[in-house]
Amino acid sequence: MVDAPDMLPPLSRAESQAIGRRRRGRNWLMLAALIALVGLFFAITMVKISQGTLKF
Amino acid sequence: MSEPTQIGLGENRGGSAPSLDLLADQTDLSTAADWFALLKPRVMTLVVFTGWIGLVVAPGHLHPVLAFTAILCIAVAAGASGAINMWYDRDIDAVMQRTQKRPIPAGRIAPGEALGYGITLAGFSVVVMALATNVVAAAVLAFSIGFYVFVYTMWLKRRTPQNIVIGGAAGAFPPVIGWAAVTGGFDVMPLLMFAIVFFWTPPHFWSLSLFAHADYARAGVPMLPVVAGARHTRVQIMIYTLLLVPLTLVPWAMGFSGNVYGVAALVLGLGFVVCAVRVLRDRQDRQGISLTQDAPARAAFKYSILYLFVLFAALAVDRFVG
Repeated sequence: MVDAPDMLPPLSRAESQAIGRRRRGRNWLMLAALIALVGLFFAITMVKISQGTLKF
Repeated sequence: MSEPTQIGLGENRGGSAPSLDLLADQTDLSTAADWFALLKPRVMTLVVFTGWIGLVVAPGHLHPVLAFTAILCIAVAAGASGAINMWYDRDIDAVMQRTQKRPIPAGRIAPGEALGYGITLAGFSVVVMALATNVVAAAVLAFSIGFYVFVYTMWLKRRTPQNIVIGGAAGAFPPVIGWAAVTGGFDVMPLLMFAIVFFWTPPHFWSLSLFAHADYARAGVPMLPVVAGARHTRVQIMIYTLLLVPLTLVPWAMGFSGNVYGVAALVLGLGFVVCAVRVLRDRQDRQGISLTQDAPARAAFKYSILYLFVLFAALAVDRFVG
């Protein structure tokens, strides 16, 4: 039987856990970034309204 | 549950070597820190600082929330430029010792993902800058990203030893952007701050390249010590330092800043000249290669960072004191 090129060996349990941990870390970072963005846009909007530079 | 043992994620997992792209796609190796590293946070620090000083020194007032947003946009734009730079330079990063552990050459992030990340952040920073401050600041921000990516990274870096002289302009834009965020325009002072960073860049980078030239030579990047030799580079560092010091005194001479800045510029400038003289007179062989493991160049590199921080901080102090 010939191995398919670029085929990786299956992941061990430790490797799967490590990758899962990394994925969770990235997801938490994305969540934090999204919440921060919402807060930032809200603050910008409030400032623009208070300064009268945002017209409806 | 016991902690899993340390594993070599990102390394070749044996057998026939899979491509880095495939490895990164299949095994999802990146950490949040890798994505942060793509933004070149150390470079970002100086960019954010000089941008903030431009914002502080500018006449007028910007609401703290909008000022924070402007600085954030400058930081994100600098990071986006860094990510696109890492995408483009992944081949030379892989052969340079200083850069081969970066996320792309190490195989933890796929090149296409890094490019998409960089473009997205670049677009985001420009749009938010326009919404939060004004179109002029956003336009200069967009221009600086384009300059760094297209003029420096793609055009000059691999073609000419003057790469960092012209390309260094990209790093000189932040104070202009900060100023424009407040005023919506330009003046002599932001152009002077631009010129100071512009003339500071060559002695700063050439000091680094003096002790990292083997890395650049291996990667085929025509940095000045690689192409023209270490001796010529030492002379160039001296010339640019001598041009820089009187230039830093111009804001004080023209009355744009006070005595705190004037004294700081003079004292710091003399220190920089001393560093440049030491680099020039370093014990060296006939080719100008250092016999002291480039100790003066390393010192000059460190000093140049401190120099710019303190010089620009003095501008801000003058603004508050004066």
